[in-house]
Amino acid sequence: MVISYFKKLFTKIFGRKKSIKLGFYGPVNSGKSSLANKICLDWLGEEMSTVSKVPHETREVIIKEKVKIRSNNGKELEFNLVDTPGIATKIDYEEFMKYKMNEKEAKERAKEATRGVIESIKWLENVDCVLVVLDASKDPYNQVNITIIGNLAARNIPVLIVGNKTDLRNSSVKRIENAFPQYNVIGISALKGENMQDFYQELFNLVK
Amino acid sequence: MLTLQFIPYNEIKNLNKVEKIEKLLNIVKTNRIVLVEGRLNPDEEASLIQRTMEIIDRKFKGVEICGVEYKKKNEQIIDVLKTSLARLLLGNREGFTVIGPATIVREIRRDPNKIELFTSSIKKRRR
Repeated sequence: MVISYFKKLFTKIFGRKKSIKLGFYGPVNSGKSSLANKICLDWLGEEMSTVSKVPHETREVIIKEKVKIRSNNGKELEFNLVDTPGIATKIDYEEFMKYKMNEKEAKERAKEATRGVIESIKWLENVDCVLVVLDASKDPYNQVNITIIGNLAARNIPVLIVGNKTDLRNSSVKRIENAFPQYNVIGISALKGENMQDFYQELFNLVK
Repeated sequence: MLTLQFIPYNEIKNLNKVEKIEKLLNIVKTNRIVLVEGRLNPDEEASLIQRTMEIIDRKFKGVEICGVEYKKKNEQIIDVLKTSLARLLLGNREGFTVIGPATIVREIRRDPNKIELFTSSIKKRRR
């Protein structure tokens, strides 16, 4: 934590880094990889991660380097996107068997998923700013979200909360705003590409 | 039957992060729900999740955790000073933390000054 603080101080004094490491954090199946894919599609024309309805699809940190994003006023920033596995407090291999996996496959996936959660938490030290991606159709006030945001706050890492899946009927960005009133919250649908222009503007506000 | 074990602040105040987490998880692994006096800090919570992931196996499938802290509104400066002084002298005992084994506690919801524990049925647990 001390090293990361001095790194940031050094960068502040001697100028901005060429690429900004942008972490995608959040609980399982909130749409982190869908958002990372949408950003890559918009600016590189290709996707970076595989997505599925099966929990813990992303089980290791995936990095896409040199993603250049332009703001409305023509300013350009270069990002290294860090898509992390969803953070969970429990993993039951039997849950994976509901998705047509046999016991051996389910156990292997559960083992990989536990390693993924550990890796995600370790990576908190290595990101410059973070998009906390939450499923806007679910209760935002749960311990995983609070732990992620609390750890980012303790490390002074800038955070933008993304309320994803606004295309779902029971979604509510207001609910997220009420749960985390001290943070900027932007509602989007990464799947449908809704509100992405406002999202990019908020991203620029986050890193400026 | 559910067993709730209370851990007073004094019992963990002198433990370092690793010792504290080991103590709490060792109790949770015996299928008891732990009620800790005071909140874990964000770093301790993250470490607790990491350690939980390391020890997940066929029987132990993780934890459900919930920290509750009473947020006072429109607090006078004198009250803030009193609270800060009390924390300095006695440690941060405000709020509490509930940690339960995921095989028993399916979900914890907060509202925000009360919490609800949703438990798995005994039948399902015995499977």
